[in-house]
Amino acid sequence: MKNDKKDAAPKKRDKKYSGLQKRKAIAGYMFISPFILGFLLFLAKPLFESLYMSFCEVKLGSGVVDKKWIGLANYYEAFRTDPKYLVNLTDVLPQMILYSIGIIVFSFFVSLLLNQEFKARGLVRAVFFLPVIMSSGVILGLEENNSLMAQIADTVETAVANIDVTAVLQEVLETAGVGTRAYEWVFEIIENIYDIATASGIQIIIFISGLQSISSSMYEAADIEGCTKWESLWKITFPMVSSIFLVNWIYTIVDYSMRSDNDVMTRIDTVLTTDLRYGLSSAMAWTYFLIVTVFIGITSFFISKVVYYNDEK
Amino acid sequence: MTKSKEVKLKKYGTYWERNAASGGYLLRHDVGQVMIKIIRFVLLFGLCFLILEPIFNKISVSFMDQKDLYNPIVVSIPIHFTGKNYQVAASIMNYKESLKNSIIISLTIAILQTTMCTIVGYGFSRFKFPLKNLWFACVMALIIVPPQAFSSSLVLHFNNYDILGIIKMIKGAPINLRGSVLPYYLMSATCMGLKNGLYIYLVRQFFRNIPIDLEEAAYIDGCGMFKTFIRIMVPQSKPIITSCFLFALVWQWTDGFYSKLFIGGKELVSTSLATIADSLGVYVARELGMVNAQTNVSTQYTNCIMSTGTLLIVFPIVLVYLVAQKAFVESISSTGIKM
Repeated sequence: MKNDKKDAAPKKRDKKYSGLQKRKAIAGYMFISPFILGFLLFLAKPLFESLYMSFCEVKLGSGVVDKKWIGLANYYEAFRTDPKYLVNLTDVLPQMILYSIGIIVFSFFVSLLLNQEFKARGLVRAVFFLPVIMSSGVILGLEENNSLMAQIADTVETAVANIDVTAVLQEVLETAGVGTRAYEWVFEIIENIYDIATASGIQIIIFISGLQSISSSMYEAADIEGCTKWESLWKITFPMVSSIFLVNWIYTIVDYSMRSDNDVMTRIDTVLTTDLRYGLSSAMAWTYFLIVTVFIGITSFFISKVVYYNDEK
Repeated sequence: MTKSKEVKLKKYGTYWERNAASGGYLLRHDVGQVMIKIIRFVLLFGLCFLILEPIFNKISVSFMDQKDLYNPIVVSIPIHFTGKNYQVAASIMNYKESLKNSIIISLTIAILQTTMCTIVGYGFSRFKFPLKNLWFACVMALIIVPPQAFSSSLVLHFNNYDILGIIKMIKGAPINLRGSVLPYYLMSATCMGLKNGLYIYLVRQFFRNIPIDLEEAAYIDGCGMFKTFIRIMVPQSKPIITSCFLFALVWQWTDGFYSKLFIGGKELVSTSLATIADSLGVYVARELGMVNAQTNVSTQYTNCIMSTGTLLIVFPIVLVYLVAQKAFVESISSTGIKM
């Protein structure tokens, strides 16, 4: 059988798109045609304009945008002269990695819990959906300058500050002096569990909808063969949601790095709105996007090595 | 005791007899189950509290009278219980009108975006065609680049909208598409709306995990490609389509960015919530009898009205979620697929 396949492969390549395959290629284009249309009509021009601006000195006259080509000077300024950009960048990137891992682990764990059968499951799921609403759009902006809420939160925090379990644990572990660095990271995640819980609402829902698509007959078969729950988690659940893992990983990174309260994004915004340096701001934005894209590319390359797709035969 | 239980008791003996017969396995198993339940309860309770605490604070503040806000003794439970904040917030936000607008726009946009993204995602997941990777790179670009990054270009783009100079040739000048809802619907229909790249990618990954056998069977039976998609694939992907729909609805519901850019004329709950602090000043001045003036309102009161407004905008979406989540419970096993 295997030899047959090998022989057939070169032939296929000669006539790559013939017969059914040609029809399928056309159908494929039909299916994605709305996206192509939208990309060409709406996105392509603004995107390239912004890229072009990053190589220009932009001056806003009365209703006229004056662009002068200055080559790489904006990029040079962003990295060599600008006092904050590089510092912000080196601050944000390790944070991004730490938080993304924390969010993915947390949301996978929670979605496993929420996919089990228990009383009031619908209600609990609704609670975990709330952060999606509370951290979106205009509400996020309002939350940031709501000092009354911050005041109440402070009052509650000082009231419970004396019964901090993690602080005691942290002290014990740190005096033990082993692997302090790793503990610090773990404790940073634990201390910011609220941020992580609110940032993982989307990921939890995506994971749940992935978990829902696993056929229960697979678990039954595994159970009959004497598989423990722990084994079937790693041998069935994990591979079956691995494709969803990839989406969540990419989304988490993008969400964290493109949030408007992120240091780099704030810097880009300040340069744009306060200093009115369109060119410099575009240059900063494009280098930032490029760095994030490269990071996503490298990590998703490694993740996709272990991703299991059902359509590959 | 019911009859079946009696029969069972006669046949197998009491719990402890059964436990002894199983060599202690039964007891260990049951204790383990109870332990799992307790741990799960504690964990979920804690996490739910973590998420709900700020919302509980908002609810308690929203029922406070102004006097309570300045009273340092009052933290969570109001002394002077009042529902007036809701009246004020609703009338400032023009709640009835903006709710109606928001429901119409959010629902239509969410349905449009979900449908188009499902179609495009399916196209990317199942078909091989030339330049596929290039187009998928464009999807990734759509995911990564935030809309703020090209907003200024987009505004200029829509102010003088033109496709390769064709419109200029016909009408003499490029047309202004801003201020009407049409361009936003066009963008949604072509998957360029808010976070649409994510939906496409999500749907693609989901479809790639569904066995291809069913579709092949449909093709062999003479079902066309689009019909196969509608009849075979869509019913299987209910959970993912529901999540996409919910995301689209929520993000559209609370979105201030595209709404300000395109739907400036109509009052939406999101845009009126964004300006609630300023509108409050005008409202209080009008209540005091001053026309066209803005008084200073205390920070506490402003924040209180803000919280009330936030609750008003969150509440309808939670209702929608409670209805929609039934789709999550129906798992794929009910559609009869054996992998």
